[in-house]
Amino acid sequence: MTRKTIPEPEYVLPGHSACPGCGGTLAIRYMLKALGPEVIIAVPACCWAIVPGYWPQCALRVPVHYNAFEATGAAIAGLRAGLDALGRKGVTVVGFAGDGGTVDIGLQALSHSAVRNVDAIYVMYDNEAYMNTGVQHSGETPIGAWTTTTPVPGATLRAREPKKDIIAILAAHQIPYAATVSVGFPEDFVKKVQKAQRVKGLKFIHALTPCPAGWRFDSSKTIQVAKLAVDCGLFPLYEVENGRWIISRKTIHHTLDAYLKVQGRYGRTPPEIVQLIQQQIDAHWQRLLALEAFTAAGAPGSAPAPTPPPSGAAVDSRLAQDAAP
Amino acid sequence: MPVGYEEMPEAPGTTASTEEVQTGLWRTLRPVIDYAKCTKCLLCWKFCPDGVIAVLEDSRPEIDLYHCKGCGICANECPPKCIAMVREEEP
Amino acid sequence: MKQVMTGNTAAAWGVRLARVDVIATYPITPQTTIMEKLAEWVEKGEFPAQYIQTESEHSSLAACIAAASVGARTYTATSSHGLALMHELLLWASGARLPVVLTDVNRALAPPWNIWTDHIDTVAERDTGCLQLYCESNQEVLDMMLFAYRVAEDRQVLLPMMVIEDAFVLSHTSEIVDVPSQEIVDQYLPKFEPEFRLDPSEPFGLGSVAMPDQFMEFRYRASLAMDRAPEVIRKALGEFERAFGRSYGGLIEEYRCEDAEVALVVAGSAASTAKAVADELRREGHRVGVARLRVFRPFPVEEIRALGKRISTLGVLERAYAFGPNGAFTTEIKGALLGLLAPPRVKNYIAGLGGRDIRPEEIRRMFLDLERVSQAGLDREVEWVGVQGLRWAEGIP
Repeated sequence: MTRKTIPEPEYVLPGHSACPGCGGTLAIRYMLKALGPEVIIAVPACCWAIVPGYWPQCALRVPVHYNAFEATGAAIAGLRAGLDALGRKGVTVVGFAGDGGTVDIGLQALSHSAVRNVDAIYVMYDNEAYMNTGVQHSGETPIGAWTTTTPVPGATLRAREPKKDIIAILAAHQIPYAATVSVGFPEDFVKKVQKAQRVKGLKFIHALTPCPAGWRFDSSKTIQVAKLAVDCGLFPLYEVENGRWIISRKTIHHTLDAYLKVQGRYGRTPPEIVQLIQQQIDAHWQRLLALEAFTAAGAPGSAPAPTPPPSGAAVDSRLAQDAAP
Repeated sequence: MPVGYEEMPEAPGTTASTEEVQTGLWRTLRPVIDYAKCTKCLLCWKFCPDGVIAVLEDSRPEIDLYHCKGCGICANECPPKCIAMVREEEP
Repeated sequence: MKQVMTGNTAAAWGVRLARVDVIATYPITPQTTIMEKLAEWVEKGEFPAQYIQTESEHSSLAACIAAASVGARTYTATSSHGLALMHELLLWASGARLPVVLTDVNRALAPPWNIWTDHIDTVAERDTGCLQLYCESNQEVLDMMLFAYRVAEDRQVLLPMMVIEDAFVLSHTSEIVDVPSQEIVDQYLPKFEPEFRLDPSEPFGLGSVAMPDQFMEFRYRASLAMDRAPEVIRKALGEFERAFGRSYGGLIEEYRCEDAEVALVVAGSAASTAKAVADELRREGHRVGVARLRVFRPFPVEEIRALGKRISTLGVLERAYAFGPNGAFTTEIKGALLGLLAPPRVKNYIAGLGGRDIRPEEIRRMFLDLERVSQAGLDREVEWVGVQGLRWAEGIP
């Protein structure tokens, strides 16, 4: 029985230089299938700034604005402002950036575009390290993972730094939509990206994209690893929609051990760190479930964010004082 | 082939596609589909990172060996296990 | 219409009259009153631009570059550390051949913290491919904002450009400025017609990887644009004079240099003081002139050589210390003069750093010192002027 459960058109041409089995490539493939061709994407320094090819070649059938490493958040603001100024409608502005370029060097600019609610989709493809430069530790490297700058997991405190919870950071900016996706679940990926496209404002997609080269597993196992990460509870799939936390997939199908042992980067992780990882998973799930309950419709945490006054209105500070209880 | 400065655009904008690049030369293992067992579920098409699996009119998947890098995801994910990863040296 | 306004308000008027599409700025003294004025106009509905207040100068220029890549006319304003923070992106704008225009208000870099006039911020960006134009008056600031878009967007140029004014002396001091009508500006400065722009209808990637076998050609083409820029500037200045009735001379404004024995090369508002001192010395019989350096990038090689053929001794008054054996302007002037058979003597005066006032008496001493140099030879290459406890130009009254 033939089933194309995701849109058919391809916007990524073959012949590019992604590693065999690259998770990041799956992310941009699914993302563009979800969005269609009326997009302009901003890409900072990351694997996908190099992968599309060397001048004059490009593997993408959509327009791309390559920007400086830390500037993706600002670039999407500029793209949107330029399109608005010129009256060009119907174009989705997208930022497609790696984890280091988003949560470390790119966090400042992203934070500002989030709080300004710039109308754009920001997709962070998370291979959990600075892969393009050779697997250095990033703000999204999970504890216990080998990288070239944390070569002995557990040896230093660096290896115990938590993975930055970028969804929580951006939820605090009150953006209308944020979600986690994994390339192991393409239908969910496409659905969430399309949902983001229908919303106005800054939308953020955190995509888990396993990297055979940096995570040290055989290139045939990318999808397997991407599914295990979700199904052992380590990378939960959920959304935060207008302040409401909604978990997409709840059942835990596999043990953490099943996930770790497929990857060479956990090959020398000491048992006490593995325990710490499991504790983190449990704590994260407790928090997520509590947030889901607290923000559900009718629950105490479900009050919508106050709407800002219309632009141009002078806000008299004395009025604010009078209004306070 | 490098291009002379006069033929280049003023700004560093790309002008060509990557399709001519034969990434199939990267392979050490080649996927071979046993169509007798293939159920046309198209999971291979869905999961191929490079998008080099086309769907024929009768819904069979066809792998573009000019570009296929031999990652093996299709073989790993195929439910009836009808894709074999064969060493390139073998016919 | 003539109005009294500060240099910053004049800059803001230039942005408004140029019908800029996208403004992205971040506060830094003494630029802030530019962005405040623009915000006021935008919020009141008098100026239909997209206004983004970013969270850093780096993001300001990044947003402008992105907006320019889809074909918008863009603007940012900064100073000092803000410009320094933009450094990598000035190179990006010139490498991507995007005509972003910005105003820089010349201010010192810290430490120590100092918010007053110093040219080091723009001097330090001379290697970025961003064109540089130094203003002497608030009128020139407004005029050069319109001029900058005209030059930067020219298909023969396509490079970013900065219009530069001195901190507080121009930015916050009021002068009479003639604000041209929108109609005349629209005739001089047409809508931005980009040579290329990102759009889904014709996809391409702007700024991807170029291997060693194809990178140099892009830089060579940019160098050809820099070579063409002086002529584009001269022509655009001529057209400006015809449209608005104001002349600025050229890349260098020569003041009483036709028969001068010695001349002082100077950029920015100190040139006004120098011109007044030159007039005074002329009345006393000295043959002195002032060559106001307006355009530093592209460097006015031809104009400097022409000056050097006529003048026996050149003084270069620099308001920046660039940690070299000579100042930045002096080094490039000497480089340009190397082509001459009998180049003039060149002496570098460093003065006015961090907003230290450059006094008429000091400029007078510079001219007299230059006259001595033209008689007795160069005593030293660099003279620091007005440093507490340091004597300079010994023997000159």
